[in-house]
Amino acid sequence: MKTAVIVFPGSNRDRDMFHALELITGSRPQHVWHTESTLPDVDLVVVPGGFSYGDYLRSGAIAARSPILKDLVAKADSGVSVLGVCNGFQILTEAGLLPGALMRNAGLTFVCREVLLETVNTATRFSEKFRKGQVWRCPVAHHDGNYFADADTLQRIEDNGQVVFRYADSTNPNGSINDIAGIMNEKGNVLGMMPHPENLVEPLHGGLDGRLLFESLLDAA
Amino acid sequence: MKARVIVTLKNGVLDPQGKAIEGALGGLGFSDVGSVRQGKVFDVELSGTDQAAAKAELEQMCEKLLANTVIENYAIEIA
Repeated sequence: MKTAVIVFPGSNRDRDMFHALELITGSRPQHVWHTESTLPDVDLVVVPGGFSYGDYLRSGAIAARSPILKDLVAKADSGVSVLGVCNGFQILTEAGLLPGALMRNAGLTFVCREVLLETVNTATRFSEKFRKGQVWRCPVAHHDGNYFADADTLQRIEDNGQVVFRYADSTNPNGSINDIAGIMNEKGNVLGMMPHPENLVEPLHGGLDGRLLFESLLDAA
Repeated sequence: MKARVIVTLKNGVLDPQGKAIEGALGGLGFSDVGSVRQGKVFDVELSGTDQAAAKAELEQMCEKLLANTVIENYAIEIA
């Protein structure tokens, strides 16, 4: 599986993602700087976590208007897999690739801890290796992870099975509506999530729970 | 030409920062504060002189960048 990671000024989880992708796919991802106009021909494009543009204006807002985003939207339209983690999720919502918005955490504090996630939809290329309802550990580290969508949008994404991951066992760290931790687009090829699966992929991380997401993508490619 | 863009959260969108400010004002003894909603103000200087054209352009700026219309409303004032 060929992969690419987009890097913005202020991205800081790009190397974690690079490492996880290389470890699990066995091939080196390509780094793509945000001012590039075209993405390489790959199976998966990842928008990593961090604080692109210092979270100025709104988290992800400026990055979502970067030159590379045009081609990301085109690639997403053509069916290429796109994964946005943390700031990447914020960028994908700001770019209109995913519905809703990510707001300031309800508790107003930056949360850096481990949460439990439930995989609620396993019929996706991002989650097919999970058991339905499987609860797994995953770290979070964010200030703006409070997912919000208006009532109609929320109803639609719930009915369509676009909610893939929810915070489980009362571990919702940010007040997200319906405990939403990760959603995909209607077509099922773009997924955004606040937690960091790339940070739980080898024994030194203290667990391997995040591997299933990448192994699902590897399987589907 | 000078313009001011005011971006506010839509009704029904939770504003945890506004809530915290509301609580702090209460703590300072401002007991008649019913609620506080936090927003943003952008002062924009434009080189043109056509007000209608400026307003149309500012609307585009709001739609494309200054506001996230999923959660925010905007208002434009031209001086």
